[in-house]
Amino acid sequence: MTETVASITTLIIDKLLANPKVPRDINSDSKIVEDLAFDSLAVMNFVMEIEDALDVSVPLDRLADIRTIHDLATCLAHLKSGVSA
Amino acid sequence: MTDIFAKYAGLAASFDTVGRISPRNPFGVVIERPLSATVGLIEGRETLLFGTNNYLGLSQSTAAADAAIATVRKEGVGTTGSRIANGTYALHRELERRLAETFQREHCLVFSTGYQANLGAISALAGKDDILFLDADSHASIYDGSRLSAAQVIRFRHNDPDDLSRRLARVKDHPGAKLVVVEGIYSMTGNVAPMREFADVKKEHGAWLLADEAHSFGVLGAHGRGAAELFDCEADVDFVVGTFSKSLGTVGGYCVSNHPGIELIRLCSRPYMFTASLPPEIIAATLASLTEMEARPELRTTLMENAHHLNHGLHALGLRASPHVSPVVAVTLGAVDQAIRFWNRLLECGVYVNLSLPPATPDDNPLLRCSVMAAHTPAEIDRALDAFGKVAQELGL
Repeated sequence: MTETVASITTLIIDKLLANPKVPRDINSDSKIVEDLAFDSLAVMNFVMEIEDALDVSVPLDRLADIRTIHDLATCLAHLKSGVSA
Repeated sequence: MTDIFAKYAGLAASFDTVGRISPRNPFGVVIERPLSATVGLIEGRETLLFGTNNYLGLSQSTAAADAAIATVRKEGVGTTGSRIANGTYALHRELERRLAETFQREHCLVFSTGYQANLGAISALAGKDDILFLDADSHASIYDGSRLSAAQVIRFRHNDPDDLSRRLARVKDHPGAKLVVVEGIYSMTGNVAPMREFADVKKEHGAWLLADEAHSFGVLGAHGRGAAELFDCEADVDFVVGTFSKSLGTVGGYCVSNHPGIELIRLCSRPYMFTASLPPEIIAATLASLTEMEARPELRTTLMENAHHLNHGLHALGLRASPHVSPVVAVTLGAVDQAIRFWNRLLECGVYVNLSLPPATPDDNPLLRCSVMAAHTPAEIDRALDAFGKVAQELGL
């Protein structure tokens, strides 16, 4: 199966909405830290869940540049396709 | 002018919240002075110390104090220089020889703190083309060491060799070296690493393994060499990092290894090179503590008896205490305000423990981090447990 930024975005939002503390109105432009009130540890732990679903590992330095759900989906799509963006 | 502290607005708000609940600053406790290894004077009261890292009680060792006093008279109070300039005395070399002998390894480097030992070893071992694999619950010094290295950093689930194996498999074609970093005992929870399983995974994937035995040295294993000795896999642990500021009661850090390349770290590790070396009296005290630790294996037996006593006692009170029996026992609470009230009442009842709040704790839960020493008497542990029971009842837990 080939994952796209759109399909990964859907996966991320579904996983986030499984957490009752996450606001219901999130979308791909939602900011992970500001809009979801995630601290640095919560971000790293959430990314681990997505990594397992996609069978990919996100190096920690990549997380520094990720602000929105779309950014995370783009990063994961690149890693999944083997592009070192 | 931009407010340079604006980025800490969130931190300031969190700290204000703590201040509204807590009659004292939990992060500003002053031990006016220690009266013994197990009792300190806090707010003018004799207080039982159940939140230190003084596992063998050696911070109050008479032999170590005597050695420090004699050395400071002979050699002065400090070296004023780097290990690679004027900061290596015969004593530094002697301590490196003694530690290498203790760990049955060829090489030992002594650093000025345990924090710098992790920072210096990890940042020098892992270069920009390498990959570091860190346990998710790693100490800040390990995360900081990984940032100082230019390596890619991949986090694996805490104490989970299978998860590590999956992550190593994902990068099997990566040409760089892969260094796995785990801790013998985790400082906040007391969890013990399944070191043998980690060693098996590292061999299967052709990776290197660094074990931080900061909290397990002097504690685990027949000779106190840590989790690697306990699980009989020392030959498969490439590098052991540790500190003098736990079981040995002083300050400083080390890295031991059989790989001769480790000697090159003396010439390229910034935290090793660009800081003053340990003062001679600290080295002398550490040597004396090491001798005492090796001469008194019964300290470890008493320590583990005390660890069982505290751990089982906390479980018996119905508190959520660590599943692993080790000298560190974390009591997990459901809410930050509850943890702050619990911590304050314990102190008022004459028991000091550490308060740990998220995000510095695993799983987003506040912890009361307790630790025992070989020097605690059963009666002191019972007094601490009585205080826990009393406060838990007051708070309706």
